[in-house]
Amino acid sequence: MPAEQSRLTWLIGGAQGSGVDSAANIFARACAFGGLQVYAQREYYSNIMGKHSYYQVAVADRALGAPRDQADLLVSFDAETVFLHARQVCASGGLIYDPKLAETPLERAAAMEERARTSLAHYLVDEQGLDETLGSMIQAAQARGVHCFPIPYRELLQKLADETGTALSSLKRVINLLAVAASCALLQYPLEPLLRALAAVFAGKAKVIKLNSRACELTYQYVADSFAGEKLARHLEPVETDQLRIYLTGTEAVALGKIAAGCSLQAYYPISPATDESSYLDAHALVPLKSPPGEPAKQAALIVLQTEDEIAAITAATGAALAGARAATSTSGPGFCLMTEALGWAGINEVPLVISLYQRGGPSTGLPTRTEQGDLRFVLHAGHGEFPRLVLASGDLSECFHDAIRVFNWAERYQTPVIHLLDKALSSAGQTLPPFELEGVRLDRGLRAYEASEGEYRRFAWSESGISPRTVLGQAGGMFWNTGDEHDETGHITEDPLVRDQMMEKRARKLQTAAQEIPEAEKFNLFGDPDAETMIVSWGSPKGAILEALEVLKAEGHSLSFLQVRLLWPLPARALEALLRRAKRRIAVENNYSGQLAGLIREQTGIKIEQLIVKYNGRPILSDELSEALKALLATKPGDSSSQKVVLTHGI
Amino acid sequence: MAYKLSDFKTEVHVDWCPGCGDYGILSSIQMALAGLNVPPQRTAIFSGIGCSGKTTHYVKAYGVHTLHGRVLPYATGAKLANPNLLVIAVGGDGDGLGIGAGHFIGAGRRNLDITYVLFNNGVYGLTKGQASPTLKLGMQTKGLSQPNPNEGVNPLMLALAAGYTFMARGYAFNVPELVKLIRQGVEHHGSSFIEVLQPCPTYNNLNTRDWYGGLDRPDPETGRAQPRVYSLADTGYDPLLTPEMSEEQTHELLGRYVARTSEWGERIPVGVFLINRTTSTYEERISRRIPFYTQQTPAERVIADEAGRPTVDLSPLLAELRVS
Ligand code: SF4
Repeated sequence: MPAEQSRLTWLIGGAQGSGVDSAANIFARACAFGGLQVYAQREYYSNIMGKHSYYQVAVADRALGAPRDQADLLVSFDAETVFLHARQVCASGGLIYDPKLAETPLERAAAMEERARTSLAHYLVDEQGLDETLGSMIQAAQARGVHCFPIPYRELLQKLADETGTALSSLKRVINLLAVAASCALLQYPLEPLLRALAAVFAGKAKVIKLNSRACELTYQYVADSFAGEKLARHLEPVETDQLRIYLTGTEAVALGKIAAGCSLQAYYPISPATDESSYLDAHALVPLKSPPGEPAKQAALIVLQTEDEIAAITAATGAALAGARAATSTSGPGFCLMTEALGWAGINEVPLVISLYQRGGPSTGLPTRTEQGDLRFVLHAGHGEFPRLVLASGDLSECFHDAIRVFNWAERYQTPVIHLLDKALSSAGQTLPPFELEGVRLDRGLRAYEASEGEYRRFAWSESGISPRTVLGQAGGMFWNTGDEHDETGHITEDPLVRDQMMEKRARKLQTAAQEIPEAEKFNLFGDPDAETMIVSWGSPKGAILEALEVLKAEGHSLSFLQVRLLWPLPARALEALLRRAKRRIAVENNYSGQLAGLIREQTGIKIEQLIVKYNGRPILSDELSEALKALLATKPGDSSSQKVVLTHGI
Repeated sequence: MAYKLSDFKTEVHVDWCPGCGDYGILSSIQMALAGLNVPPQRTAIFSGIGCSGKTTHYVKAYGVHTLHGRVLPYATGAKLANPNLLVIAVGGDGDGLGIGAGHFIGAGRRNLDITYVLFNNGVYGLTKGQASPTLKLGMQTKGLSQPNPNEGVNPLMLALAAGYTFMARGYAFNVPELVKLIRQGVEHHGSSFIEVLQPCPTYNNLNTRDWYGGLDRPDPETGRAQPRVYSLADTGYDPLLTPEMSEEQTHELLGRYVARTSEWGERIPVGVFLINRTTSTYEERISRRIPFYTQQTPAERVIADEAGRPTVDLSPLLAELRVS
């Protein structure tokens, strides 16, 4: 079966605060409990109540790694969702809606952006010759072959209320579940995994589980009675699997990596989209430790400190690292802007410090809850003066986990700040994965002077590698001084020109050491056909969409390779250059305006990547829009100046 | 083992101006530490930026000279990671109450067991005499081209509002008293704030040593100087706030606190203004959730076995996420 058909995209929308997230969460888990694999992407406004949010859940019998534009089934219980997303549903797809809303005019969809409203009015009136109501959206969809299913939520709720003796007003939050249940029933998916998902999500709340389970049963019955004749072309079937799987988000993957790495202090200031990571850590402040069978379970402390601002977050983490803890902070662009002076302090004082940076649309407040890869150039140069830093970008949830461990090892080995570059798309992506394994994981604490002796120990003693054995605050015999001023080997202030040279060179050497020691496999990945004429170059979260596009293009006879750069600093320039030179046509794919990696590669290797596919509307790169763009580019000549920069614009 | 003053002195050349109040504060810190019976290597001193920032280099203890305004969060992180360290933060008034004011409040709210010594000289010394946040309205120190257009902030009032649980004020040239205050501050469980009146002979030509000493206002009868600085303790002031006290008693104490900390000009009180025993420390709050926190500190945690394998057991966390 071609990849296309084994995959289903399910999309649910609704006002923020109305339970869209929990509905999607239940659906994703229901699929997972049926042995299917899931990739979910959440889009939401910087708002708590009322604005439109939606969740796209891709389901297949194999691992998935990217969202798509086209939906097979749209699940709605409000008007906005139908207006905004009905046109995304593919012909022969399905649409679930509340028939009570059929008369709702476009102007009543209050939370909609004005531009979207105007465009919809144009679509309905000028293009379709219909009026501006939700009913017309349905009609237009039907005309395209979309199966539309009215689900009378209110009536179903009333029935549930009567049957269970619950007040109707207290059942409002069940509506989203009815929508999920209706979609599962229409997809002919068995009820059992859905009930398991409910039991898992509402674990410990027997009453809630009972009520929701009954709601699902009623909906299944309703669908069976009402739509016996009209079946969806697509259906969803559980598959048998004995594989263990977890379902988690990007922030959870990073948090788990930090826990595995032995991080014992995280300082943070609330900011979207980074906060979920710190919340997860805070909820797991008592870290389980391995203990021999039969002995009582041991635990360790993980302190999560919510500070007064981001400057306090990075400086508190630095203080903790000086005391010997594996310490980190987690933030997004605006917060990282505030951290830059302290980044330099950690650099000059050779402090092992981890910064998880979830990029979002910038500049300034920008698009607080939308994605972008706009901070690459910034992290490379953040802070005044010159000091070593390592920058590692993860491309998927599994990398998020393992890289979160890796950055601590590097921070301690090279005694310098390491930036783990992530973004909103990764942070809120939900994915089914095999449980993370610690089997091959090793923690490297770097050079430590455990036996330092008073009067002899010099914290910043010169060494060929640039790395000097480190002591920690409180350690007998290892006394040191730190200062943001230039310092001598003991850490006291100096303005001596020779010592300055030596210290600058010592710090710079650490980066050369890192570049030599870090294995190639951790610096970049090469996918696809290594001898292909066309090479895609990218970094970070577009990885999933690129890999899917590669498959689609391969099925159509195009052979491509994909170079995923992971270590962005120090950039493995020579190795990249050799690979890039092998390709005849090079295309950079980036979720930013200017193609920042392409620019960096040109600066470091001299190679110009002629073609750019970029996206900067705050939405992740979708695999279907990417394959279309790639196909169009492949049809042009590499030197054709009209195709040098393609801007992707999909997403709502 | 008893420590000597010399155990807390480094060889680093002290480069403050002659006559600077910082000398008195440095000696007081060193003497206080020598009297505390805590090994130098269990002590970490953090400083901000400015003349006072150099203090850490002159004290033989772990010394962390941080960024402008950020001394408290650096100190906070270290103390949280290793609650068994003796942590002292020092910095100037511009550092702590100007650029670092947000952290001043944050630290007070936490009530972590650290001591913060504020060198208050009314000016930005190291940048050549601009007005600091504590300089009073209308004052024109010699680096200013016009009188200060801002009202000065009252550090002790701000400390009360922020939630510090030990508040004191000392005078840089009354070393024996300052030693006692610092020692008391360190011994207090919770965040201690000690404001030190520090003459800056180079840029603050108004609040000088002579001015604090009252040389400009001799007793008409004896001709002797009448110092402006006076001891709170001598007035019978009791700074203790305990859980047993009635609301009325509490209000009486807070009223006295406000009245005394507002005094300035002719009479300037020094001593301990408040010791609040009615609230828990941050360490106690953490320990309620993590009972072994102070014994198995985050800083000293063993995270891997000899082969580098993580000691963490992820399986209970992965089980929470299981979907099969
Ligand atoms: S400028 Fe003022 S505060 Fe600074 S060292 Fe000189 S006298 Fe002391």
